[in-house]
Amino acid sequence: MSKYTEDDLREELKTKEYEYGFYTDIASDTIPVGLNEEVVRTISKKKGEPDWMTDWRLEAFKIWQGMTEPDWANVNYTKPDFQAISYYSAPNNKPKYNSLDEVDPELLATFEKLGISLDEQKKLSGVAMDVVVDSVSVATTFKKTLSEKGIIFCSISEAIQEHPELVKKYIGSVVPRTDNFYAALNSAVFSDGSFCYIPKGVRCPMELSTYFRINQAGTGQFERTLVIADQESYVSYLEGCTAPSRDENQLHAAVVELIALDDAEIKYSTVQNWFPGNAAGQGGVFNFVTKRGLCEKRAKISWTQVETGSAVTWKYPSCILKGDYSVGEFYSIAVTNNFQQADTGTKMIHLGKHTKSTIISKGISAGKSQNSYRGLVQISSRADHARNFSQCDSLLMGNECGAHTFPYIEAKNNSAKIEHEATTSKIGEDQIFYCNQRGIATEKAIALIVNGFSKEVLNKLPMEFAVEAQKLLEISLEGSVG
Amino acid sequence: MLKIKDLHASIDEKDILRGINLEIKAGEVHAIMGPNGSGKSTLASVIAGREDYEVTKGAIELSGEPLEELSAEERAHLGIFLSFQYPVEIPGVSVTNFIKTAINESRKGKGLEDMPANEMLKKIKEKSELLEIDRKFLSRSLNDGFSGGEKKRNEIFQMAMLEPKLAILDETDSGLDIDAMRIVADGVNTLKNADNAIVVITHYQRLLDYIVPDFVHVLYNGRIVKSGGKELALELEAKGYDWIKSDVTV
Repeated sequence: MSKYTEDDLREELKTKEYEYGFYTDIASDTIPVGLNEEVVRTISKKKGEPDWMTDWRLEAFKIWQGMTEPDWANVNYTKPDFQAISYYSAPNNKPKYNSLDEVDPELLATFEKLGISLDEQKKLSGVAMDVVVDSVSVATTFKKTLSEKGIIFCSISEAIQEHPELVKKYIGSVVPRTDNFYAALNSAVFSDGSFCYIPKGVRCPMELSTYFRINQAGTGQFERTLVIADQESYVSYLEGCTAPSRDENQLHAAVVELIALDDAEIKYSTVQNWFPGNAAGQGGVFNFVTKRGLCEKRAKISWTQVETGSAVTWKYPSCILKGDYSVGEFYSIAVTNNFQQADTGTKMIHLGKHTKSTIISKGISAGKSQNSYRGLVQISSRADHARNFSQCDSLLMGNECGAHTFPYIEAKNNSAKIEHEATTSKIGEDQIFYCNQRGIATEKAIALIVNGFSKEVLNKLPMEFAVEAQKLLEISLEGSVG
Repeated sequence: MLKIKDLHASIDEKDILRGINLEIKAGEVHAIMGPNGSGKSTLASVIAGREDYEVTKGAIELSGEPLEELSAEERAHLGIFLSFQYPVEIPGVSVTNFIKTAINESRKGKGLEDMPANEMLKKIKEKSELLEIDRKFLSRSLNDGFSGGEKKRNEIFQMAMLEPKLAILDETDSGLDIDAMRIVADGVNTLKNADNAIVVITHYQRLLDYIVPDFVHVLYNGRIVKSGGKELALELEAKGYDWIKSDVTV
C-alpha cells in the first residue's frame, strides 16, 4: 500500500495555492431571491446539466412544496424564510481583503491556536494570495495516484457530466427526495458537492478530503455528497474543517449518501465548526443535514463526527444495514456552548441477519446551551441475531445548560440483543481544584477532563484530524467556566 | 519556609479556623492531629488555596512570599503540594498524561520549556520503582476504579514527580493496610530532604511510627491547642482526644 497520505500532500502544499478545480467555474452572477420552478430550472441550466437531472430536481421541488418544516427536534429557532434566500450564487473569486491586517483579529487568534499556516489563514479568511507556485504538478500527483487505481474523486457537477450512469443509479437511492423537508429542498437546489467512487477490490491509498482545509472557505450552502464503495473496496473520507467558518449563509442543508456494496468499508469522518453565533446567541449557522449510508452484505460504514459549531444543529448520520452480517458504527462528540442547540444522533436500521451496530455518543454542554442525543435502533422482523450496543454519555459544565437523551428502540425480532448505557456527569469543582492544586490552571483542567471524556471517539478519528479536533474542543469551551 | 499568622477562615459564613499560628522550617516534619471536625482538612485546603474558603483574618507566607493573592495553581507552582484525603477521578485521562500535564504546566508557570520526553520517561520510571508501582497502573485512568491504597500511592507518586517544597499529606494513612502504609511512608521518607518540609495530617499515631515527626500539633476547634515533640502523639494515643478537650475551655 502506498504510504503517500494527505499529510504528505499537505506538506507539499504549504506554500502553494491549490487549484485542483473541483469546483466548476461558473459565470459570476447571482440569481434573485426566492424559490420557484423557474429558479430550479435556472440552476440546472447554469450548470449545464442533462435533462434527466433537471427533471429529477423539478420532481424534488414538487415534493418539497407539499412538505412542512419539521419541528419535532429539541431546538428553538426562527424558521428561515425560504423565499428570502438566493439559491444560486457563483463562487466569488475576488479577494475580500488585501492583507491579513484587515482581518478580524479574533479569527486570526483562533487560526493561530489551531496551528494553521499563514498561507492557509489568508485563504480561509479571503485574503488575496500572492504565492502561486507549480500547483499543477501537485494536483497531477494527487490525481495520478487516484486514477491509477481507478478511483473517481471529483465534484458532483463534474460527475453528472462525466459519470452520469453512476450518479443516475445512486443519487437519491439512500436518501430519497421524499425523505424529509431539507433533503427534498437540497435535491431541488443543490449547488455542488463531492462525488467519490472506489472500484471493486480497491483500497483507497489516502484519506480523501472534500478539498483539504483550504477549500472549505467556499463550501456551498446546499451541498450534495455521494460516495460509492464497490465490492471489497475501502475508503476513508474526511469532511469539514477545524478552522472556523464564518459563512454568510445562515442555512445549510446538505445531503450525504454513502453506498457500501458487498464487503466494502467506508469510514466517514466529520469535523464541523461553523460559526455558532456570538456569546449573546446572535447569528450563527443553522445546520440541517441528512446523512445516511447503505450497507450491503458484510459491508461496514463508520460515521465519526466532532460537532462544535453552528447555532442550531439537526443531524443524524444513519446506517441501513440491509445486507446480512453488515456493520454500522456511529461515534460522536457534540459540544455546545453559549446559546448553541444541538439535536444529533443516529439511526441504525437492521434489515439483514446478524447485523451489528455500535453507537458511542458524547455530548458536552456548557453555557446556556442545549445538547440532545436522539437515536433510533430498529430491528426488522427478518433481522435474526441483530446486535446493538449504545452508549450515551453527557458532560455538563455549569448550571444553565441542558443534556437530553432520546433513545428509541423498535425491535420486531426476538433474537435481537440490544444494550443501552447512559451516563450524565458534571465537571465538579473537586476535579478542577484537584487539577489546580497540581499546577494546572482551570481552562487547561477543563480541556484535560473533556479530552478524557471524549477519548473513545477521538481515537476513532484519523491521527491528524484527532490532534486538531482535540485543540478545537479546548477552543470551543474557552471561557465556559466562571 | 511556611509561616502562618493568626489565620482565621470560614466557609458559608461558618468559622472553621480561629487563629492558627504555625511556623515550619525547611527539613522539618510536622504532624497535625486532632479529632474530627477540628479543622485539619480545612487548614490544608486553605494553604493550598481552595476558593470555597474565605480567609477572614491573618496571613500565610511561603518562603517570605504572601499567598493571599495567589490562585491554587500559582501556589502549586511555588512548590505547595497537597496529597488529598479523597483524590478525585478523571476518567479517560491516564496517570501518565495527568502528571505530564501537571509538570509541564508548573514549568510553564516558572517560564521553563516542557520537560523533554526522555527525561520525563526516566523520571517516571525512577519514581514508580521507588513506590513499587506497576507500570500498567500508569496507563489507567486517574483514580478511576482505584482501590483506596492505589489512590494514596498515586498521590505520593505525584508528589515524587513534582518534588514540592512543602508537602501536606491529608489523612494519607486512611484506607491503607499496613503494607501499603509502609510503602507510602518509605516513599515519603526517601523524598524528605533538607530543603523541603512535610506536614502530616492524621487521626492516629500509627503513620507517625513510619514518618517520624519533629513536631506534633493538636488542632481543636480551629486552634492549635497543644504542640510538642513526637512523644505528644504517643500520649494522645494513650489518653485519647478527650484529654485535650477537657483541657481546653472553649
